[in-house]
Amino acid sequence: MSAILKRELRAFFTSPIAYLVIAVLFVISGYYFYLANLEFGYTSMTYVFSALFTYACFLVLPILTMRLFSDEKRQKTDQILLTSPVSLTSIVLGKFFAAFLVYLIGISITLIQGMVIALVTTPEWLTIFANYLGLALYGGMVIAAGLLFSCLTESQLVAALITFAFELIITSITYLETVFADHPWVITVIEFLSVSARYNTFSAGTIHYDDILFFLSMQALLLFIAVRFLDRKRWN
Amino acid sequence: MIEVQNLTKKYGSHLAVDDISFSVKEGEILGFLGPNGAGKSTTMNILTGYLSGTSGQVRINGFDILENPNEAKASIGYLPELPPLYQDMTVKEYLDFVYDLKKCTLPRQQHLAEICKLIKIDNVYDRLIKNLSKGYRQRVGLAQALVGNPPVLILDEPTVGLDPSQIIEIRSLIKSLGKHHTVILSSHILSEVEAVCDRIIIINSGKLVANGTTAELAETYSKDHRIIIRVAGPEKEVKSVLATIANVEKITANGEKEPGVYEFIISPNAGADIRRDIFSRLADREWPILALKTNELSLEEIFVSLTQSDAAMSSKEGDDE
Repeated sequence: MSAILKRELRAFFTSPIAYLVIAVLFVISGYYFYLANLEFGYTSMTYVFSALFTYACFLVLPILTMRLFSDEKRQKTDQILLTSPVSLTSIVLGKFFAAFLVYLIGISITLIQGMVIALVTTPEWLTIFANYLGLALYGGMVIAAGLLFSCLTESQLVAALITFAFELIITSITYLETVFADHPWVITVIEFLSVSARYNTFSAGTIHYDDILFFLSMQALLLFIAVRFLDRKRWN
Repeated sequence: MIEVQNLTKKYGSHLAVDDISFSVKEGEILGFLGPNGAGKSTTMNILTGYLSGTSGQVRINGFDILENPNEAKASIGYLPELPPLYQDMTVKEYLDFVYDLKKCTLPRQQHLAEICKLIKIDNVYDRLIKNLSKGYRQRVGLAQALVGNPPVLILDEPTVGLDPSQIIEIRSLIKSLGKHHTVILSSHILSEVEAVCDRIIIINSGKLVANGTTAELAETYSKDHRIIIRVAGPEKEVKSVLATIANVEKITANGEKEPGVYEFIISPNAGADIRRDIFSRLADREWPILALKTNELSLEEIFVSLTQSDAAMSSKEGDDE
């Protein structure tokens, strides 16, 4: 796994992708931090995090994951991965953690911004950490999904678009609650799947175990499907 | 070293590999021949674990490719049809990555340096792969297969894209590798297979149609065993002496080819080798034999006859692709 992780990280940082992703996250969070915290003097970083969640991650995550497997297939380099003495699980995990690490570097700017606030006053560290955790868990899930989608196609563009659609669906599914108001069981399902509701508890500064468990198990499920899919493909 | 039993691969209803069985002994170089689309690459992809067969068994170095994939894969160095190269890496970075990927335990610097020297890529060691010529990429692909010094090498058209002098180099390299490795080599170039391989397998539309050394194949598939000789001696007397040899079915005089030299075509009975008798009889009379050749098929002719008759048959059955 470490060989794959190392190669993926190198690929991210020798191409513009990692720099682009990190730059977008820095610029957007920096802009909101400047306006809300430095200019208007808020001590809460809510604006920064909500901007990161609504704009930045939305844009950045599909770009981060689109290349992972689609490019291997296009360049036929999957042949060396799949014929080497490495399990599919470690190939998938290596790629997942490489993308996740780049993402973590990008959103870690918020921790530095928290330190800047700490120079003036005591920031709400708990809220900041809860937000950071929520952002990391949400990003992890979308990266797992994007990795799965990049297994499905040789085209990076198609992989990115499907990931983008996935993000749209999981964050806006909660609006369907009004449509299915007379069907309580549908509402239960929607509430369970509602990523934005779960994310909002983090952004309010509260950490629920079931939310953490939800994101982690979704991540594991998506990665498991990716492994099964790659294995399945050898038989067809 | 490599055992393949009743291997079958179906793509939907299309049979890409149809019940192939063969084995390769340690230290043997096996040539894998077949027209385009015959199932060569599919078979190699199954042997290396990239694809899975629909049914049948593959054992590499004693390990089943499905039951012990990691052990089996660790025994194989594989050069696919298109070398699996990361364009954005230098040759050094790439080989380092392959070294890590294969979990090698040999001393890294020394091992990689040895391979680069052997394949002659040390002069491009620090260049990006995307800037390399096709011949160099092919070599880097071959270098990658050698990392970890695996006992089995599976090479899918290793000399494609190389210039003639490079082809000769790589061929002699493969031949020398064959002393310590078990090699399967596929190629379109029949002379290459003939020059490098100990044994040849021909497959056509997924079926194994021939398996043996070049000489064995020539023996088996030649329908014509006539011997053509040129003798410096009086035509009629030579003919009558030749007629006394046992197992001669028919002699045709072919006329005077050089001053005082006559050509004869001798058809022996099936299975009989009469070349020694011809020599001793003519030597008794002091008529020198200036040329003796058999009319056996070359590998090229065998290949064409085996693959074309089958292709015609399968197209009658309405087989697609």
